[in-house]
Amino acid sequence: MSEREHHDYDVIIVGAGGAGLRAAIEARQRGLKVAIICKSLLGKAHTVMAEGGAAAAMGNVYEEDNWKVHFRDTMRGGKMLNNWRMAELHAKESPDRIYELESWGALFDRTKDGKILQRDFGGHRYARLAHVGDRTGLELIRTLQQKAVSMDIDVYMECKVTRLVKDVDGAIAGLVAYWRPTGEFVTFGAKAVVMATGGVGKSWKFTSNSWESTGDGHALALWAGAELIDMECIQFHPTGMVWPLSVRGILVTEGVRGDGGVLRNSEGKRFMFEYVADMFRAETAESEDEADRWYDDHTAGRRPPELLPRDEVARSINSEVKAGRGSPHGGVFLDIASRRSAEFIRRRLPSMYHQFMELAGVDITREPMEVGPTCHYIMGGVKVDPDTAATSVPGLFAAGEVAGGMHGSNRLGGNSLSDLLVFGRRAGMGASDYAEATGTKVMEEAKVTEYIKDALEPFSRDEGENPYDIQHELQEMMQANVGIIRTQSELETAIDKLGEFKERVKNLSVKGGRAYNPGWNLATDLPSMLTVSTCTAMGALLRKESRGGQTREDFPAADPELGKVNFTSSLVSGDSFAGEINIAPQPLSVMPDELKALLEEVK
Amino acid sequence: MSDVTMKVWRGDASGGQFEEYTLPRVEGEVVLDVIHRIQATQAGDLACRWNCKAGKCGSCSAEINGKPALMCMSRMVDFPEDEPITVTPLRAFPIIRDLVSDVSFNYEMARKVPAFLPPPVPEGGFRMQQIDVERGQEFRKCIECFMCQDVCHVIRDHEENKPKYAGPRFFIRYAELEMHPLDTNDRREYVRDEMGLGMCNITKCCTEVCPEHIKITDNAIIPLKERVVDADFDPVAWLGRKILRRTKRTPAEAAVQPPL
Repeated sequence: MSEREHHDYDVIIVGAGGAGLRAAIEARQRGLKVAIICKSLLGKAHTVMAEGGAAAAMGNVYEEDNWKVHFRDTMRGGKMLNNWRMAELHAKESPDRIYELESWGALFDRTKDGKILQRDFGGHRYARLAHVGDRTGLELIRTLQQKAVSMDIDVYMECKVTRLVKDVDGAIAGLVAYWRPTGEFVTFGAKAVVMATGGVGKSWKFTSNSWESTGDGHALALWAGAELIDMECIQFHPTGMVWPLSVRGILVTEGVRGDGGVLRNSEGKRFMFEYVADMFRAETAESEDEADRWYDDHTAGRRPPELLPRDEVARSINSEVKAGRGSPHGGVFLDIASRRSAEFIRRRLPSMYHQFMELAGVDITREPMEVGPTCHYIMGGVKVDPDTAATSVPGLFAAGEVAGGMHGSNRLGGNSLSDLLVFGRRAGMGASDYAEATGTKVMEEAKVTEYIKDALEPFSRDEGENPYDIQHELQEMMQANVGIIRTQSELETAIDKLGEFKERVKNLSVKGGRAYNPGWNLATDLPSMLTVSTCTAMGALLRKESRGGQTREDFPAADPELGKVNFTSSLVSGDSFAGEINIAPQPLSVMPDELKALLEEVK
Repeated sequence: MSDVTMKVWRGDASGGQFEEYTLPRVEGEVVLDVIHRIQATQAGDLACRWNCKAGKCGSCSAEINGKPALMCMSRMVDFPEDEPITVTPLRAFPIIRDLVSDVSFNYEMARKVPAFLPPPVPEGGFRMQQIDVERGQEFRKCIECFMCQDVCHVIRDHEENKPKYAGPRFFIRYAELEMHPLDTNDRREYVRDEMGLGMCNITKCCTEVCPEHIKITDNAIIPLKERVVDADFDPVAWLGRKILRRTKRTPAEAAVQPPL
């Protein structure tokens, strides 16, 4: 056998989205030897698709805003399932992280007096999202990418990590990966590894997520012995495109509603007024007049109901469509054309204008958009220490969408980009502290050999399952049974089907060579997709209540007792997708009284 | 509905040929959808690069009927129904496999850009006016699809130029930094001497293919060329800079990366 390529680093970051890049910058600033490994080219990670902005209580538009209000909004949006310490750190540190981006070259939109402009978004009491038109994610990733490149951080692009490898004592020692362009394997030794791999949305048929969102980081961490929490909590963004079918699921930013867009049913009615839950009644407008006054002056009226948290809006759209009041292609109408000037729309929402014009032939300055819920984000993820981003596996850290806890059962729009920055940095610090204090680790070579053999197995079968067929069937199945509204019988069906898929994945067959072979690449993604989908379905079955991103038709109310626990997934046998997953309730940590008081007092 | 026929280039660095695939036409599809259906049903190993499928990441650049385009933004209804559609990889870069080319040239050029360097943060933070950030914002819309690099004849037809020619994508980066209200590095001499700005003879091919409709030539390259010339020859501009106290670091300093 030819010599295998191998590299050694202090800290390795898996994933080159916002969290991964921010973590890498932090570790490199400490003078450590740092590498980033990513499945795609640098700068293409899913962060580029974030549109609306990054939430941070800078108070540039409303002086009344501060971290305490942001903390309260985040906890309420998450239906109190959040890790309070993460929500606290996030609310306190986000402004500094945004100003830091500015000092690295980011060009945010400005207020009249030259400060960073902030826009309104669902669930945020004040205009709080720093933004660049509707392409904030691109600005964020480009700024971090250019900063990282200027610091001589090594980037291994189009390199897919298949497994984490530990040493004989059970600490992370490195990982196994292959180059997509050649199909050749490469191993990396690392003292610390930061998972920053993003989400899981590609297991659903209609999703705003790119092909990369296959839950690799969740699965690799679980297989290595880490725990996952809240995997049932999946956010369906209320407004995805619904037509043409080939673009169904592509995101329509919440900024459309923040800038005055309203939702209407086929009768032309602003139906969101009918769906205001008690928890939000006191702060939501009762009439269209009152709501419309709010856009110009937040003290002249209460918030429009279109800007309730995402879970509320997504469920309401779902109900309207079910009641037969949907749009021709099974969504509802999002109308900004009748409410704002064409010039305003093109300036504030340039990429939405572009996207609808070029993909659907719809001019959003003249006609309403057809929109409906689309699988968007997983609140659940790897269980981490809030301050250091450390998992329960020594040497393994996680940040960004792959980490759980920050957003509870429902994420507020805009909190994700600031989450990436705050906890990307903290993961970089945590991993650096750990790497500086530990010696060089040695990977168990037998495991390395085994993992490479596993990944190549699909080539050894002439006859077997086509990975594209399994992916397609998995997406259909998850969409049908583990979608926005769930019920016991469908979840049980899902768990049975996932068991069948698990057997079929053991019999995958791919044709062709190893160099840039998407069929094989998909075959190496499927085990992760199955593992995370199983955690989601099992968690959804166990959480017999409706809360945020978990809606049970058979348990429509929130259960106060279940609001005190995370459902925690762990692997009880084996070290791969073939192992058995167990899910058990684990009590949330207790919030200190001074933070509890914030939830009451700031009204 | 009728069938659709795609002629897709298959091969690698050692050579290749067109393969023809015929499949049923589906309403509302883009070229990338059809490529995906070919992968799923006829050629599981057909290589193509893609990520967001929404025109935001710039991964799926290819040449469709000879013209560079994002496959995810190219609607099938915009092509004649009775003719096959030809899909080939970006031609200016080495082939990896099928529709995937090796774009590492662009990442090497990105590494050569002398980094952004702001002044110390003043009390109360930086202040910038919207009108001043908008110039840079236009260039920061770039999704790095590299189609401008693909059509630039300085790169496309002259392999030997590559080491000393940044190309339109990076000229807009230099222009953005040059116009950035906070940046203190002067890269004008560097972009002329090392990055080949003078080789661009403003044929505007780059502007024509830009999926973000960035006016690369008019708003970035021409102003950049003017500023480079000003730096050397224009005493009025020199005096203006003195009066406005735009103190930039010298080219020699600028070419050096700042410390961590």
